Amino acid sequence: MATALKRNPTDATQDATVYHVKPGEDGVNFSVSDFDLWYGAKQALFDIAMDVQKGVVTSLIGPSGCGKSTLLRCMNRMNDLIDGLRIKGSMKLDGADIYAPGVDVIALRKRMGMVFQKPNPFPMSIYENIVYPLRIDGLRDKALLDEACETALKGAAVWNEAKDRLNESALGLSGGQQQRLCIARAIAANPEVLLMDEPCSALDPIATAKIEELIDELKGRYTIIIVTHSMQQAARVSNNTAFMYLGRLVEYGATDTVFTNPKLERTQDYITGRFG
Amino acid sequence: MPATIEEAALHTRRIVAKPMPRVTDLSARGEPMTWLLGGALALGCTMIIGFLMLVFWNGIVTFWPKQVPVVTLTDGQVVAGEAFRTEEYRLGAEQLKDLPAEIRTRIAAASGFASRTLYRTGNYDIYNEDFRWVSDFQVAKTEAPRDIFFFERLEWGAFVGRITSVDLAGTALSGGDDDRLSRAHIQARARLQRIRQIEHDEIGAANYAVEQDRLRVRRAVLSYGEAAPEVAAVRAEVEKRAAGFKRDYDALAAEAQRLKADDERYRITLAEIGGREKTLKLSDLVRFYPANALGIFDKLAIYLSRWGEFLTDAPREANTEGGVLPAIFGTAAMTLLMVIVVAPFGIITALYLREYAKQGRLVSIVRISVNNLAGVPSIVYGVFGLGFFAYILGGSIDQIFFSERLPGPTFGTGGLLWASLTLALLTVPVVIVATEEALAAVPRSMREGSLACGASKWQTIRYIVLPRAMPGIMTGLILAMARGAGEVAPLMLVGVVKLAPELPIDGFFPYVHLERSFMHLGFHIFDVGFQSRNSEAGKPMVFVTTLLLIALIAGMNATAIVVRNRLKRKFVGSQF
Repeated sequence: MATALKRNPTDATQDATVYHVKPGEDGVNFSVSDFDLWYGAKQALFDIAMDVQKGVVTSLIGPSGCGKSTLLRCMNRMNDLIDGLRIKGSMKLDGADIYAPGVDVIALRKRMGMVFQKPNPFPMSIYENIVYPLRIDGLRDKALLDEACETALKGAAVWNEAKDRLNESALGLSGGQQQRLCIARAIAANPEVLLMDEPCSALDPIATAKIEELIDELKGRYTIIIVTHSMQQAARVSNNTAFMYLGRLVEYGATDTVFTNPKLERTQDYITGRFG
Repeated sequence: MPATIEEAALHTRRIVAKPMPRVTDLSARGEPMTWLLGGALALGCTMIIGFLMLVFWNGIVTFWPKQVPVVTLTDGQVVAGEAFRTEEYRLGAEQLKDLPAEIRTRIAAASGFASRTLYRTGNYDIYNEDFRWVSDFQVAKTEAPRDIFFFERLEWGAFVGRITSVDLAGTALSGGDDDRLSRAHIQARARLQRIRQIEHDEIGAANYAVEQDRLRVRRAVLSYGEAAPEVAAVRAEVEKRAAGFKRDYDALAAEAQRLKADDERYRITLAEIGGREKTLKLSDLVRFYPANALGIFDKLAIYLSRWGEFLTDAPREANTEGGVLPAIFGTAAMTLLMVIVVAPFGIITALYLREYAKQGRLVSIVRISVNNLAGVPSIVYGVFGLGFFAYILGGSIDQIFFSERLPGPTFGTGGLLWASLTLALLTVPVVIVATEEALAAVPRSMREGSLACGASKWQTIRYIVLPRAMPGIMTGLILAMARGAGEVAPLMLVGVVKLAPELPIDGFFPYVHLERSFMHLGFHIFDVGFQSRNSEAGKPMVFVTTLLLIALIAGMNATAIVVRNRLKRKFVGSQF
């Protein structure tokens, strides 16, 4: 890591982030450095610095309130909606600062898909849900839309269940199917990055297993950043793991290393379930 | 805090050892509160249902033909009429003094009260009253003779009596020939209909054309000046056409005159129960029937025919008789126009307030002001509507577009459009509040999902938020509609009249005349019930009209609710 990390003077107990891997510059998709964030007067992220590798699954873990969702939502600027939010530092996608003035947020979001904690299909047919990102781009060609719909549904492994009911309301699907539908919607417009904010927290174990399988399949095609509360899930699906605590990035490295041989005691404690 | 495990255990035991009450306290179980709430609900429901039942029952029975008893009084007078209502009343000492001793004791036994009945005697032109009270002790005998007829007339209201003679253009009709009489009556009514058609529609069309020509000349004078050659050209053309119009008019007037002369020859002579006679044209009778000789089907036929007349005819006799079609039309047109105006305004305002405006002190103040607007007395809106819409806006429109009609106002006075706008202003807070709530109820996850797909804010609102909020918005519109359709006070200032000569829609260009004054069921109720010559006679009409107004509003609401429920099924499914 090139950047020298500043230490927060108010929190003397905090050590600098421990990095296990330092990916080469060419493999970097997302590059976060010196990133601070405040909700009004309350600081929620301190000095985050991490490089996310292209085409791999990176998971963000940590106890509730540690700022992992906040960090994820900064990556496609979803946090812009919140009043009184302030940020400092830089966040670069393929080398371009996404918080630079004049950045087209809509175009930026089109390069990323996002999957939320609770499945949030729109109150339309399954078909319309999938092609929504294309329609708002002004795509009218029925054949293209049909093709994109099929590709996306197949890509999200929900084609077999949905192909006979494309014109029925998406709200009639089960929770797990809805979540896979949302993944299909997220990849329908061919994004580069897939952001997942606890995608399995509202699902039963079987649906969770299917989503995890799906993440495995999508690995390589997209850069996937996943926030999860489940250590097992992080261990199963991700290549790299970042452990966050109280708004700081504590330890970041290959999943195997972080889980089996963490350098910090706090990481060890969290992973083994001693606190969290 | 217990310091050791032993102490903690002891603490637990102490809590357990406390004696448990055998019966839970009544107030803790909350039963009295439940009863109180249930009672309040029951009271509210009773009031509403009672009111609706009252209106419904009175409205339903009004048109049912009643018996006409003939009552002979002890002093030899005879009274014939429909029994209207019966009540107990207390006699004054003055009245008691004149009564025979036997009756006096009977009244004294009933602690000074006696019973009396109000008879609708009709024959206002002969008696100078429509109703007459008859005390029970005055009655010598009551009969129901089969030859007593109840007549509804075009003028002077009802007539109760017998048919003395019928003169059908020279041939006298013998007493019992009801068939020929009713055939002649139908013909006479058709003749009258034709006369009206000529006088109103056809001569009306000719007058309209003449008026249009006059306005063309006036317009030419205004734009070119009095002496300009263009004006002369228009004048010449108009004069040429005027001769044609005059010819048409004369032909129509002659036709009407001929029919009227014909109509005059069919006459009927009636006699009231005391024998005084009255002769009138056969076509002056709307409907007549032998009140005491009707079978159930005859009664039903009369009942339906009265409803038919009520729903499809114009009013007559200062609105106390005839139909209310113009009022139904005016109410429906005004309400629909109001919804068309209020929906975009309210929704756009709420959208901006909720979605775009920065939530701060200013927006709070705007929101509070909007909510408080709902508390302004509606008559104030009427004054505003008259001053701003009719006089300022309408006056300017007249100056610019209808200068040839001045000084007669076109838009510069109350009318359908201004009434609708005034009511839209009155109901817009309801729509704004409901829409804001509906927008706020759209889950954040939906918006975020759309934004994350790369949709702009407007696209998110257009494709996700608005459809999802639509049922709630519809609820607001329904409330606004119900409020607006029932409002009367402001309308009296901005365009509602007792009797509108023309409907706002007719066959003359531009077919929809939003500047015209109109009739309204709510104002009709007020007018019939409290402004008419005889409020007793108007009372049944008040109930019928109220029933109709409620039915109209219920019908419009039901339609809106059906639409809303379809939207709801489409957009708001279960989440899991």
